[in-house]
Amino acid sequence: MHEPTWSGPPGRSGPQGPLIGGGAGGDAPLRRATDGRVAGGIAAGIAAKTGFNVTMIRVIFCVAALISGIGLASYVIGWLFLPAVDQPTTIGSRALADRRGLAVAAMTASMIIVALVIVSILGVGILSSFSWPLVIAAAGMVLIWRNADPGEQGAMRALAQPLLDVGDAGPRPRLRLRIIVASVMLIGGAATLASVHNVRQLLAPLIGVVLVIGAIAVLLGPWWLRVARAAMVERQARVRAEERTEIAARVHDSVLQTLALIQRRADSPQQVIQLARAQERELRSWLFDGRAPGSMDGLVTTFAGGVKLIQQDIEAQHEIAVEAVTVGDCEIDEDLSALLAAAREATVNAAKWSGATVVSLFSEVEPTEVSVFIRDRGCGFDPEQVPDDRKGLTESIKARMARRGGSATVKSVLGEGTEVALTMHRAQPAEDKPTRDQAGPAEDQPSQDQPSQDQPSPAEPSQAS
Amino acid sequence: MTGQGAKAGGSRPRVFIVDDHGLFRSGVRSELGDHVEVIGEADDVGPAIDGIAKSLPDVVLLDVHLPAGGGQLVVSELAHALPQVRFLALSASDAPEDVIAVIRAGARGYVTKTISGAELVDAIARVAAGDAVFSPRLAGFVLDAFASQPGGTQGAQPAPSFDPELDQLTPREREVLRLIARGYTYKEIARELFISAKTVESHVSSVLRKLQLSTRHQLTRWAAERRLA
Repeated sequence: MHEPTWSGPPGRSGPQGPLIGGGAGGDAPLRRATDGRVAGGIAAGIAAKTGFNVTMIRVIFCVAALISGIGLASYVIGWLFLPAVDQPTTIGSRALADRRGLAVAAMTASMIIVALVIVSILGVGILSSFSWPLVIAAAGMVLIWRNADPGEQGAMRALAQPLLDVGDAGPRPRLRLRIIVASVMLIGGAATLASVHNVRQLLAPLIGVVLVIGAIAVLLGPWWLRVARAAMVERQARVRAEERTEIAARVHDSVLQTLALIQRRADSPQQVIQLARAQERELRSWLFDGRAPGSMDGLVTTFAGGVKLIQQDIEAQHEIAVEAVTVGDCEIDEDLSALLAAAREATVNAAKWSGATVVSLFSEVEPTEVSVFIRDRGCGFDPEQVPDDRKGLTESIKARMARRGGSATVKSVLGEGTEVALTMHRAQPAEDKPTRDQAGPAEDQPSQDQPSQDQPSPAEPSQAS
Repeated sequence: MTGQGAKAGGSRPRVFIVDDHGLFRSGVRSELGDHVEVIGEADDVGPAIDGIAKSLPDVVLLDVHLPAGGGQLVVSELAHALPQVRFLALSASDAPEDVIAVIRAGARGYVTKTISGAELVDAIARVAAGDAVFSPRLAGFVLDAFASQPGGTQGAQPAPSFDPELDQLTPREREVLRLIARGYTYKEIARELFISAKTVESHVSSVLRKLQLSTRHQLTRWAAERRLA
């Protein structure tokens, strides 16, 4: 009857770096931390504010949760009503507008109450001290889950992953699990019945319980069903919306980029034709073969290969040299192809906007994460000044990374250039193939002209999205 | 132009160009312009060794690939006899084994042939002053070659090293190499890491030393594997 693990206070101490905010936070109001958080960032936030050790605060929350459940409820309430460091509003304020979410929360709460009532009828009193905190925590988690921002949802998903994996384990293991659980219950029930001498005496309360459950089901069942169905419909709608964003990002990366290029090369019919052909091919293979534009499906299988492809494509399409240096290598999975797509987009940005003649593309595959740095010495830009309809930076790079639990930071100085840093965690660090056993530094043919070298080079312009 | 090794001092470095493409030599010559003094040219290993021994330049711009063999032949022939002559390797190919070989033979740096004129002048000055010059690509090679911790090498027997320190990079050196690979200049690296440009240079020089002196089994194996790839 416990909520999924992530609803619990952060018991496991995550890989926390130094406390946020550099020491006691003084007068700043208490906020949820985004760095070093395990679940909602409450403990880290309190630690930053008070200067106490974050692990100690986590332990206190855990102990409080185990003793009475109040720790759990207060944690969830804090999660709901404290704004995160980087956000102006609380999840709670957003949840108020989410009427369907409130309905689902109410449904969850009522189901748990019913379950608790049944448990108490059966006379199992162990959970009584947990009952209210549990109801509050569960309902709160529903609202948090639905209303947290994408970054936080990514973090929660990562925490909940083990549970989701159990659910996704495929039909067979699940079936087996169900059979095992059912037979254990059956045997247990039969044994209990058999152990009581006067069966009739036992039957009376049992029938009572069945009747109560029946009554509740008749009373609340339809409402539960309705709420559940509405939630499902809404989920589908959200999936569709996500798909649309994904498609928008793809179209931006391919068709819109090519159109922009064609406008710039209008004076060279040969190049325009070439670009149009390439785009047509790409679009066709997307629409009919299902190969997403810019994706490496079937073309390359390793990360270094993907980087090389980016280098070749961009040097072919834009008048810029891409100096690619790759350290280590590994197989591409979905996370890494998202990383590659974001890297490609950042490189295209540098090619289109920076005015620089070279862009450095450095990637390093480490056991636990893969990072890519895209740097140019171009004109630089002010991220605040990028018009909203320019999707490249926010949608194709930042959101794409966030959806997969990665991060993207952009450092740009006007007149000095821009550096985009992308980091993605690796899915299964365990089966890391020896990094060096594949491509080393992208040793292959250097892009035709690349002033490598670490020298001061004349300042040039850079990109915006 | 007498052969006595007047070090870079304040004057222009004296440069000797070794490359089998005449066109490339004249291109470099004109790009370098007045910033350096080109005192000789050669198009193959033999003439290069003779010419360099005779003219004693400050810096030799050395193509990694020459008809009679790798540029490392020139370096290994002369490096010990003429310690005052510094070698800067240039190549178009970037095959890691060639680059590593020429560095291990004693070259002070490595740049790609596509380097711009101004950058090349700067690299020459730096090599003439005794510093090491790493291109982003070389930095990547080194990071890759030193990636695994000694002892943790898969399958390979531990390197029979006399000095284990030579077999790994310090975290700081790694950081510096990463920034070089990301396209940072020494000055920018210094700013990023809050250290002086001189310190950056000494980190790079120490990496170069490790690259040249390490008996790390890994290094050779790594370079050889790259060839197969």
